[in-house]
Amino acid sequence: MTAAGTARGHGAGKAAPGTDGPVLRIADLAVELPGPHGTRVRAVDGVSFDVPRATTVGLIGESGSGKTMTAHAVLGLPPEGATLTGRLLWHGEDLVTADPARRRAVRGREIAMIFQDPLAALNPTQRIGRQVGEIPRRDRLPRAEVRRRTAELLDRAGIPEPERRMRAYPHELSGGLRQRAVIAMALAGNPELLLADEPTTALDVTVQSRILRLLADIQAADGLAMLLVSHDLRVVSHVAEQVVVMYAGRVCERGPARAALRRPAHPYTAALVRSVPAVRTRTALAAPLPGAPATPANRPDGCAFHPRCPLVRARCRDETPQVREAAPGRWSACHFAEEVLGE
Amino acid sequence: MTRMIVHRLLVGLFVMWGAASLIFLIVRAAPGDPATVLLGPDADHAQIVRLRASLGLDRPLGAQYLSYLGDVCRLDFGESHRLGRPAMDAVLDRLPATVDLTLTATVTAVIVGLTLGMLAGGRPGGLLDRVVSACTIALQSFPTFWTGIMLVLVFALNLRLLPSSGVGTPQHLVLPAVTLAFPFIAIIARLTRTSLVETMSEEYVRTARSKGLTERQVLLGHALRNSLIPVVTVVGVQVGALVGGAVIVENVFAWPGLGSLVVEAVANRDYTVVQGATLLIAGIVVVLNLMADLLVAQLDPRIRTGAV
Repeated sequence: MTAAGTARGHGAGKAAPGTDGPVLRIADLAVELPGPHGTRVRAVDGVSFDVPRATTVGLIGESGSGKTMTAHAVLGLPPEGATLTGRLLWHGEDLVTADPARRRAVRGREIAMIFQDPLAALNPTQRIGRQVGEIPRRDRLPRAEVRRRTAELLDRAGIPEPERRMRAYPHELSGGLRQRAVIAMALAGNPELLLADEPTTALDVTVQSRILRLLADIQAADGLAMLLVSHDLRVVSHVAEQVVVMYAGRVCERGPARAALRRPAHPYTAALVRSVPAVRTRTALAAPLPGAPATPANRPDGCAFHPRCPLVRARCRDETPQVREAAPGRWSACHFAEEVLGE
Repeated sequence: MTRMIVHRLLVGLFVMWGAASLIFLIVRAAPGDPATVLLGPDADHAQIVRLRASLGLDRPLGAQYLSYLGDVCRLDFGESHRLGRPAMDAVLDRLPATVDLTLTATVTAVIVGLTLGMLAGGRPGGLLDRVVSACTIALQSFPTFWTGIMLVLVFALNLRLLPSSGVGTPQHLVLPAVTLAFPFIAIIARLTRTSLVETMSEEYVRTARSKGLTERQVLLGHALRNSLIPVVTVVGVQVGALVGGAVIVENVFAWPGLGSLVVEAVANRDYTVVQGATLLIAGIVVVLNLMADLLVAQLDPRIRTGAV
């Protein structure tokens, strides 16, 4: 029995006909959290997008935009007290309504997550090998086989001397090696979709690009789908084919990464691009976004971005824009998307 | 690791010197001295002065202190003139009874406290959590002498299940050990609960969940061991306090341990016995703390390798 075979087989068995469909279709997803005084806050509000097979989708937004919450919802580990509505169609099977046992079976083996802070994400009292090899061990593979698999996973994640590093504790490794161990851990269940939550944020700049390259290599070699959550446009522009931009819990824009970042269809994306030095501007000076980001808890009426938008008009204050196809393949939640595209 | 042990032992020596010095001063600060007590109320002044001189109590305090420290360093803890034998012999005679009592109480408290704490912390806010919280507050608030007397009333006098005092059979151990264990159970249970709840919100626990483990596997495989680290430290410290608490319990239950010996010795101004017993208890506390530290190092590799 191979874990991969059964895991994929199960997913494929339930899949809707036609292998060209996305592995994951997020449809009108909302995550409601308990707010102050018994209120409910929609931290994620009506989010829809697809993650196609063997494709990297970048999910961008400032902190509080709901991007990490979306990834946690996909994994089935939303915060305590949260309620999920909408649909998470995993090969056509709705994970929102799936029972907990099925959710658990998907987690780690079909959909795996790479967490942001590798030191916090690793158990400080267990050796690396034990943590990376946990899924094979729980599958009751023979001990030698678990060891071999673990060493192989660490090797795939680019950790030199895997046999030696297996015996190390997390605090004995460098930040880069720790993140590689976390990546190895995520690969242990042969997942089909990797959720990478700010996988390079906690790392030194020099290590960041190597980890990104590793992720891109693994994604390409295994034909994985990857949802790369990041606030860093440069990260996303390097590895993602598709991009989804979130603001205050909602999607503002989605489309092909290159096109969306070169010629945004939403003023927020445009502002983000301008705020990053040397993505678009030739000067080292970036134009920071004016104003404070809106949060789902105090989301302005109408378009959530209107208080900070340079193009704001009367309509933006009252009418919440829907995500619509403004140009072929280019989806935007701006009333004036065509105008933005034309700029 | 070796460095840590050596360091701890040096600190322990310092602690014992502090304890020896403090108790030396405290017993001498109390009114009266061994001479007056030994000779009784009818003795005349000349007799008292003579006995004082022969006991060396007429010398200046500093001189007494220095010779006391010198003796202690040579493991000579002096004679108890009231008992007519070396003070440490009298203390060591009583030690096993106290060890029985505190060991039983500790083992009981650790088992019951950990169980209650894990049950409560497994589902914070649940019914079990609230029941355990209420119970532990009660256990912690009742003074030991009161719970002791209540247990005697119920189990010895009314139900006639257990002996109310004395030693002899294992049954004699039950009531004093339970009395001593009660507040300790509360401390361990509350700490275990808090620590477990905290650990369960750690990111590495979320990582464990992301591997598709069941809550039970997450708890046993990742959270439990880590949540025990602060508990072990506190148990190590509290066992020392338990030896102190045993003084009261031993007197309530007429338990022939160190506690009752020390109370008698204090009443009779038997300086050498009080000093000897205090030093022994201080030594035990130092050793227990060291053991707790070693156990923590065993549980937490970051401490073992000196990273924290």
